[in-house]
Amino acid sequence: MAKIIAGVGCSHVPAIGAALDMGKTQEEYWKPVFDGFAKAREVLAALKPDMVIEVYNDHGTAFSLQYIPTFCLGVAPEFQPADEGWGPRPVPVVKGDPEFAWHLVESLILNDFDMTIVNEMEVDHGLTVPLSMMFGQVKEWPTPVIPLCVNVVTYPPPSGKRCFALGQAIRKAVEEYPKDMRVVVFGTGGMSHQIHGERCGLINSEFDKSFLDRLTSDPKGLSEIPHMQYVRDAGAEGIEMVMWHVMRGALDDNAKEAYRFYHVPASNTAVGNIILVNPDA
Amino acid sequence: MSKSEEYSDIPGTYLFDKHACAKGYHLNNFCMSLMKDENRKAFLADEPTYLNKFKLSEAQRKAVLERNWLGMIQEGGNIYYVSKLGATSGFSFEAMAASMAGTTRENYRAMMIGGGRPIQGNRSKAEKAEQQKGTV
Repeated sequence: MAKIIAGVGCSHVPAIGAALDMGKTQEEYWKPVFDGFAKAREVLAALKPDMVIEVYNDHGTAFSLQYIPTFCLGVAPEFQPADEGWGPRPVPVVKGDPEFAWHLVESLILNDFDMTIVNEMEVDHGLTVPLSMMFGQVKEWPTPVIPLCVNVVTYPPPSGKRCFALGQAIRKAVEEYPKDMRVVVFGTGGMSHQIHGERCGLINSEFDKSFLDRLTSDPKGLSEIPHMQYVRDAGAEGIEMVMWHVMRGALDDNAKEAYRFYHVPASNTAVGNIILVNPDA
Repeated sequence: MSKSEEYSDIPGTYLFDKHACAKGYHLNNFCMSLMKDENRKAFLADEPTYLNKFKLSEAQRKAVLERNWLGMIQEGGNIYYVSKLGATSGFSFEAMAASMAGTTRENYRAMMIGGGRPIQGNRSKAEKAEQQKGTV
């Protein structure tokens, strides 16, 4: 039987991907970031995952403003890295798993989560940067990846509570799948940052640290933070953190923190990374 | 539930809500077109002619031609779309951010390395005014 063994929270700052792609990982500015992720990779590899469900957001890449799906799930055999204006990132094609993805779609929709089904889409830094951080520079990604894309660009994004409930529904769907599979759920984006307007550059480390703490001490309460509080206290784009609640909702209540890393700044953003592991992993 | 209007007391922040999404629709579509290399080349070769393909307001057109990043945001541009114009025209994100924040790249970079713009004094317009009064 398939089971969820762990969750990963991970920022997806495009500049981190660019620094990796351009060989800058040992520069003074970037070294702390890449050292932090090097240890995270060891922790994740030791868990021997064989499937990733990655919760991320599209940044005006696959979706224009013509269609704005709140939750969508990619069922294609593969997803190409997108050209976001400076050429595609030199990373492997993302391989999906249509059979498993369609199982998720059926289970989620029949359990009242009205997912948009996506047969073809390119994936941007929101999806590929966390894969690079958690798996390194590889010829092929070590596992298939199911993209679960959330609208956090056009207001209103789904509530944190709804995201948490989606995570719970994902867990149910995974546990119904007959194949043996060790599934890790990635919640990506954040942490505090604002990248537009005169308030550009806002960082709130206190908010971020409390958020990381409450992922284990009070996950349900944490998911009830209203949007207003993210925008005000964690920066307008800090609202991406609602996606971490999908990851958290998919785990056991008593999942343990196995790794944490936090650093300011990467470009305009606070970088956070956490690995939460289920007790029976 | 917080309606988008309730966010208007946050300083220097332009929520990409129902108003901005409608106002900036064509501007953001223009920016999105720059994901194709052939379009980037066509735009850079003759900007005014390329822009005629999109139903931009005069203010939006002016902001694009002047690379006025804050102006584009104020006219309904969304930063994820606008940044494609930045990439097309050789602006780093840092340069765009510094310009929106009304400072130099050097100062902006120093602020970020120092931990970023602090939340104290930036939560609301009232808090910001209060802080500015205190520092005068």
